[in-house]
Amino acid sequence: MKKKLSIFQLLSQKPWEPEQAKIDNVHDGATLEISKGKFGLRYLMVISSIFFLLFIVTYSDRLVYPDWRSMPEPFLMWINTLILLFTSIVFITVQSAAKKNQFENVKKRLLVVGGLSLAFLIGQLLVWMQLINLGYYVSNNPANAYFYVFTTLHALHLLGGLIYWIMTIKKIWIPSEIIIANAKHTIELCAIYWHFLFVVWVVLFGLMLLT
Amino acid sequence: MAADSYEDIVVGKGDAVPALEVKPQDLYHAKSFWTRWIFCQDAKVIGIQYSITAIAIGLVALVLSWLMRLQLGFPELFPFLGAAEYYQFVTMHGMIMVIYLLTALFLGGFGNFLIPLMVGARDMVFPYVNMVSYWVYLLAVLVLVASFFVPGGPTGAGWTLYPPQAITSGTPGGDGLGIILMLVSLSIFVVGFTMGGLNYVITILQARTRGMTLMRMPLTVWGIFTATVLALFAFPALIVSCIMMTLDNLLGTSFFMPAIVEFGEQTEYSGGSPILFQHLFWFFGHPEVYIVALPAFGIVSDLISVHARKNIFGYRMMVWAIVIIGALSFIVWAHHMYVAGMNPWFGFFFATTTLIIAVPTALKVYNWVITLWRGNIHLTIPMLFALGFIVTFVNGGITGLFLGNVIVDVPLSDTYFVVAHFHMVMGIAPVLVVFGAIYHWFPLITGRFLHEGMGKFHFWVTFLGSYAIYFPMHYLGFVGVPRRYYEMYDSEFMAVSTNYLNQFITVVALIVGFTQILFLYNIITSSMFGKKASKNPWKACSLEWRTPEVPPGHGNFGKDLPVVYRWAYDFSVPGAKEDYIPQDIGPSQVPEAEAEQT
Repeated sequence: MKKKLSIFQLLSQKPWEPEQAKIDNVHDGATLEISKGKFGLRYLMVISSIFFLLFIVTYSDRLVYPDWRSMPEPFLMWINTLILLFTSIVFITVQSAAKKNQFENVKKRLLVVGGLSLAFLIGQLLVWMQLINLGYYVSNNPANAYFYVFTTLHALHLLGGLIYWIMTIKKIWIPSEIIIANAKHTIELCAIYWHFLFVVWVVLFGLMLLT
Repeated sequence: MAADSYEDIVVGKGDAVPALEVKPQDLYHAKSFWTRWIFCQDAKVIGIQYSITAIAIGLVALVLSWLMRLQLGFPELFPFLGAAEYYQFVTMHGMIMVIYLLTALFLGGFGNFLIPLMVGARDMVFPYVNMVSYWVYLLAVLVLVASFFVPGGPTGAGWTLYPPQAITSGTPGGDGLGIILMLVSLSIFVVGFTMGGLNYVITILQARTRGMTLMRMPLTVWGIFTATVLALFAFPALIVSCIMMTLDNLLGTSFFMPAIVEFGEQTEYSGGSPILFQHLFWFFGHPEVYIVALPAFGIVSDLISVHARKNIFGYRMMVWAIVIIGALSFIVWAHHMYVAGMNPWFGFFFATTTLIIAVPTALKVYNWVITLWRGNIHLTIPMLFALGFIVTFVNGGITGLFLGNVIVDVPLSDTYFVVAHFHMVMGIAPVLVVFGAIYHWFPLITGRFLHEGMGKFHFWVTFLGSYAIYFPMHYLGFVGVPRRYYEMYDSEFMAVSTNYLNQFITVVALIVGFTQILFLYNIITSSMFGKKASKNPWKACSLEWRTPEVPPGHGNFGKDLPVVYRWAYDFSVPGAKEDYIPQDIGPSQVPEAEAEQT
């Protein structure tokens, strides 16, 4: 087990001193005890969070002006939110099934995840259609513009996730010991990303609901 | 037992610490010409691909600068060059140089080539994603170039792309495809960079070889690493502003567009905030300066240390300064917006933070100079460029202190003083480092030296020429010559002497520009016929020179990865037979070294 150093301790090391050299010589090279896949995913989640955060900052800057007219939130959006929540829950069961090596269950539930995700996307499209039919076009009001931007960007993130989901499905469907060990890791990453997308959606939906 | 030369010691067979074993499936193996040279996943090849593409598009920007200078010096020379074309050239020149040349070259080019080699890895952690990142970058470049050929031409909104003028019909390319292609290209660039950045960050943090702690890394790696982290935080602001402006342009939203009358007619826009765009743009734009500068800082530290045969002075301070400059760069952005009008307390805050950044920056300059003090200075071409950088960066930095003060900035903001400042500090200074780095690592990339005579000519003309161009430009700014004017001939409010000065600058700019063509000629001929370099010709300590073959082969190192026993700056260690000890040389192999036996 590596001794954990704070960033300040790390940056205070004097690499030229013999005592420090003895410690450094047996350092295995990695800074954090985390797989490169998980690190990569965290990296992407940080970037996505900054991306959405910047939109949220501009949103909060804009909504204080008197021409802001909030959009209605169709009931279907609540259903979509529930679908996304349910997807996240199913993913938790996928993870636990994978841990127990119950790969038949994993396969079935992963398909359920895909189906629910598609249902969410279709649901969002239906919400769009409802609103457009009611005359809420993108250029009518800044609130409308933000609504369509938020939902589109979130959907694009979900579509990106579905590409990774396809890769996960491929790994599970090809029987090989190495790949299955690898697949467990992939499932974990996929699940984390779905939970992340759920949290992002809750934040965006909550923001639109409250303003 | 000590070997005759460090170069005879087999990497990975040093002292007691065993080398790391890398599983064979972790390494990508090319199977054909296409996967070896075109769709290659080897970071070194990707680095070269990035560099060639960046330099190629940089040449376009160079030619644009010649045309602009000819227009400014001799306004009636080109009948085809009107105001619209001039603004288009200004815009494309700026954007290409900052983003598509410097950012791509430092991070995509040097980052890819050097990171795995310097940290002792066989390749980047996600080679496939790394390859895709290059192709996405190339796509971004192609989309940008395409805008030259669409009706209306490229955007002429200035490299800052400020709305509302960027997407109104009075601006060149504003109502056509020009601005859209620019916004799309930038968005693609950010996506590509995110993929590359993923590799740089994770490779540096997680894939270093045994013994390579963070504080043993060469400063080049620290510079590239911190710049990448800055880019990861800053580029989302660029892509967000690009998306919002594209929507304003295509779908008629009003994120940035206020109610506006265009050619006597009220547009459909209302309520948007152009200042919001400026905040987003400069939240990206100012860190961008350091995205370019920090790798340059890192590289120049290594060049100075190697060619002065002395350990870098204040290594830890250098690392801290890089990190602190990076952090501070996020709280200074509004100093680009003083003339947009802001609360005086805001201006005070941003002026203060701007001046504070000078502290860690000056600290770095002192450390470079102190490293030189009593060093065994070899005036090689990389060293000449490194020295040229220090002087130029100080010059450009000091005028930055002027402009960081609101009260000085306001009258100078729209003059050539600003043009001179930013060209010195983030144009010439980093480019001098790029040149120094190419001369330094060329023997590693090709196994040959660049021609020395041509190199010295290149340095002196570029260095002195840059001063002949930009020193007078400060003066032009002081006497009130405005920037962004496409024609200044016969303007009554300017002294006649400014015209002569403009002509002088133009002539020098052409001479300096053509010298860069000579440099390219040198690269091409030397890569084939240049003097052959021995292994580690500069006698550097860092790992990139410790590969079994030069140029480094696939997988970088031989059967075993190197094990690191010391930092990258063990130069002139008392008692040691040679004036350097490479990082992978263990204490038992240099028993004679009296001090710093790390």
